Amino acid sequence: MINFFRISFLLVIFLGFQFSSNADEKIEYLKTDWSFKGMFGKFDRAALQRGYQVYQEVCSSCHSMKYLSYRNLAEEGGPEFSVEQAKAIAASFEVKDGPNADGEMFMRPGRLSDKFVMPYENEKAAQAANGGAYPPDMSVLVKARGGGVDYIYSLLQGYEDPPAGITLDDGVYYNKYMYGNKIKMSNQLSDGLVEYSDGTNASVEQMSKDVTTFLMWTAEPHLETRHKMGFKAIIYLTILTVLVYFSMKRIWSRIETKV
Amino acid sequence: MSEKKTNRRDFLFTATYAVGAVGAGAVIWPMIDQMNPDASVKALASTEVDVSTVNPGKTITVLWRGKPVFIRRRTPEEIAEAKSVKIEDLKHPEKDEDRAKNPEWLVMLGVCTHLGCVPLDQKGDYNGWFCPCHGSHYDTSGRIRKGPAPTNMEIPEYKFVDTNTIKIG
Amino acid sequence: MSEHEYTPKSKVGKWFNDRLPLLTLANHLTDYPTPKNLNYWWTFGGILTFCLITQIVTGLVLAMHYIAHADMAFQSVEHIMRDVNYGWLIRYIHANGASMFFLAVYIHIFRSLFYGSYKSPREVIWIIGIIIYLLMMAAAFLGYVLPWGQMSFWGATVITNLFSAIPLVGEGIVTWLWGGYSVDNPTLTRFFTLHYLIPFLILGLVVLHIWALHVPGNNNPIGIDIKKPSKDTVPFHPYIVIKDGFALLMFMIVFAFFVFYTPNILGHADNYIEANPLVTPAHIVPEWYLLPFYAILRSVPDKLLGVIAMLSAILILAALPWLDTSKIRSAVFRPLYKQFYWILVADVLILGYVGAMPAEGLYLLVARIATAYYFLHFLVVLPVLGFKERTTPVPLSITEPILGGSPNLAAVKKRDSFKDQ
Repeated sequence: MINFFRISFLLVIFLGFQFSSNADEKIEYLKTDWSFKGMFGKFDRAALQRGYQVYQEVCSSCHSMKYLSYRNLAEEGGPEFSVEQAKAIAASFEVKDGPNADGEMFMRPGRLSDKFVMPYENEKAAQAANGGAYPPDMSVLVKARGGGVDYIYSLLQGYEDPPAGITLDDGVYYNKYMYGNKIKMSNQLSDGLVEYSDGTNASVEQMSKDVTTFLMWTAEPHLETRHKMGFKAIIYLTILTVLVYFSMKRIWSRIETKV
Repeated sequence: MSEKKTNRRDFLFTATYAVGAVGAGAVIWPMIDQMNPDASVKALASTEVDVSTVNPGKTITVLWRGKPVFIRRRTPEEIAEAKSVKIEDLKHPEKDEDRAKNPEWLVMLGVCTHLGCVPLDQKGDYNGWFCPCHGSHYDTSGRIRKGPAPTNMEIPEYKFVDTNTIKIG
Repeated sequence: MSEHEYTPKSKVGKWFNDRLPLLTLANHLTDYPTPKNLNYWWTFGGILTFCLITQIVTGLVLAMHYIAHADMAFQSVEHIMRDVNYGWLIRYIHANGASMFFLAVYIHIFRSLFYGSYKSPREVIWIIGIIIYLLMMAAAFLGYVLPWGQMSFWGATVITNLFSAIPLVGEGIVTWLWGGYSVDNPTLTRFFTLHYLIPFLILGLVVLHIWALHVPGNNNPIGIDIKKPSKDTVPFHPYIVIKDGFALLMFMIVFAFFVFYTPNILGHADNYIEANPLVTPAHIVPEWYLLPFYAILRSVPDKLLGVIAMLSAILILAALPWLDTSKIRSAVFRPLYKQFYWILVADVLILGYVGAMPAEGLYLLVARIATAYYFLHFLVVLPVLGFKERTTPVPLSITEPILGGSPNLAAVKKRDSFKDQ
């Protein structure tokens, strides 16, 4: 049994080692309570719905969300809009379809099965419209950044006047959480920018938190199922481990050797 | 004493086996279910068709769930022919009224019930469809009349959204 | 295979077994006499078998949904993560399974180093193991390329460019590997094919590995040869099966924790950015299990020599049975070797750590010292230790140290009289 503790000890060292080697640079990000962290973490539905609103009204004019479909908005574990609401959201977008019988492409209202409409035809068009910088697709953005949700949350609130001695080109802004501090996206959020239908005060902090929550969901749509299933799996494995442990003791008791 | 010991051991081993088997089953299920239609496929399960351009006596074929659906605007003669058939003569007895809610429109899965080929329109001994693969004849209601197919061609779930639009699925 | 002839009880069984002795094989596997003093470090062989099967099964499932095309690979992985039923679960098991596989294989290798399991008569088992390990690294690397993220793309570029260090033909080989002038679609499709193939090669080698193991039988913590079957052994089933099962379950709990609660911690964030041939990520870092070798590669300033050093670091392991001149297997009876062993463990961990850090300044210096020590350990320390080390007395059988109240010195052989058979 002592050996087993040794194994576990080694694992812990290994894990700590991995954590430390993964952190690139030690930047203190802004902290907030994320409802989806931890073994029982779940999304805050209202925050997801508000986050969608912020994404839709602020981010989506430049940032695509190409791996999401409108149907996802009504799926379990997400913002959980009602199917009618999600249909209405989908129908408020014009989707290119076709070719029709005449061989022409045509526009029609969106359906649940459609992917989120892209703000630009292609990456080049997106770059051309944004001073050469491609606004990254937001579907998995949270997972594509080392600091994850804390990074995004901080970045949205990290705009400052550049310190003395740093000059910025046109179309470049100073952000204390951005890698290299220079960012081509200007500060997008200001207090009261959107009007939340649930009456929540739309402060920059609130909007940052809501939209980051939304982005966590878009990156990890099955997070809630994963947490629930994980809990069951670990409980199950623990029970079986205990049973096997006692079975093992009993079997080995037939011979005079400790296990 | 020894008997009691045996019982307890049996119970312990049985419980271990049983719990282990439950886990094995739980692990196998995702491996099987992953082959079922995924969420994006299920989302495409319905399709809307504009039928305003279809004239009487014409059929259009649309793709639904990867299979052809025949939408035929039947002529009065065809409707009359379909309705006149005696139910007792049919291999798979179904009334025409049950197959075409609006008698002018026959919406049906264009898949032969024998082995899945697509039958040809306006062919065969009954003025309906004829399957070239193994020679099944269907009437103007898409019912099997002759040949190896066991049942009538299937009617999918559909409804008229408005007079010119049919929603299948 | 077995010492005693096995005859199935049923008539049908006998009829079948006479034609294909599967039942004899099964009987051999269940009755296989195993030293009864094996500790939990010995359970990692079973755990590795589990890892291999898990990777093959989840891999097959993923291949049903994955599209090996530069334009669609990333998208198909997202499709798996979002739409395929349990797709996220299967992919996370597969991705974390690779890490778990390496974790287990490193423990397995270091167990062998500690207890001298690579020594005569088990050299062939050891060398097959090294080949399996090499194939695992190839499979892991190829698999990492498939999601076609930034790390996939640039990892593939960097690793394939290693071959350009070969004089004269290097550039030609790299172009041949790529099937073009850069890592692109042809590279992806062939990498997918090879990634699919290698696990089955590994499976075949695992059969050979176990076969070769069953000829001399298991080594054991005190490293002595044992008579089998005897009071020093237990049949594999149920004693070892249940013990391996218990350890496997503990391992699965750790595995489950990764899959369900931190599925991306062992990966790199940049791999969620789709591959872009125009932009290289700020830090190119391989997966953790390749970091020590990456550190060795970077610690040598010359391109060709760096590649040679990295390959030598792995291949030197194959020569280990002959580099270690000590007749005593287990480090339990080798006080000096035991210390050097732990220094080696620390050395490899340090190499892993600096491998993740930028190759500059102090990190580079540490990497160089650690690299030098790594080779020193195998090329100098081990051969010399065999001659110089004063080992402690080795018991005659497993049962003695366990049963004996006081150590029976008369029955314990000294190092000089210890004969390796």
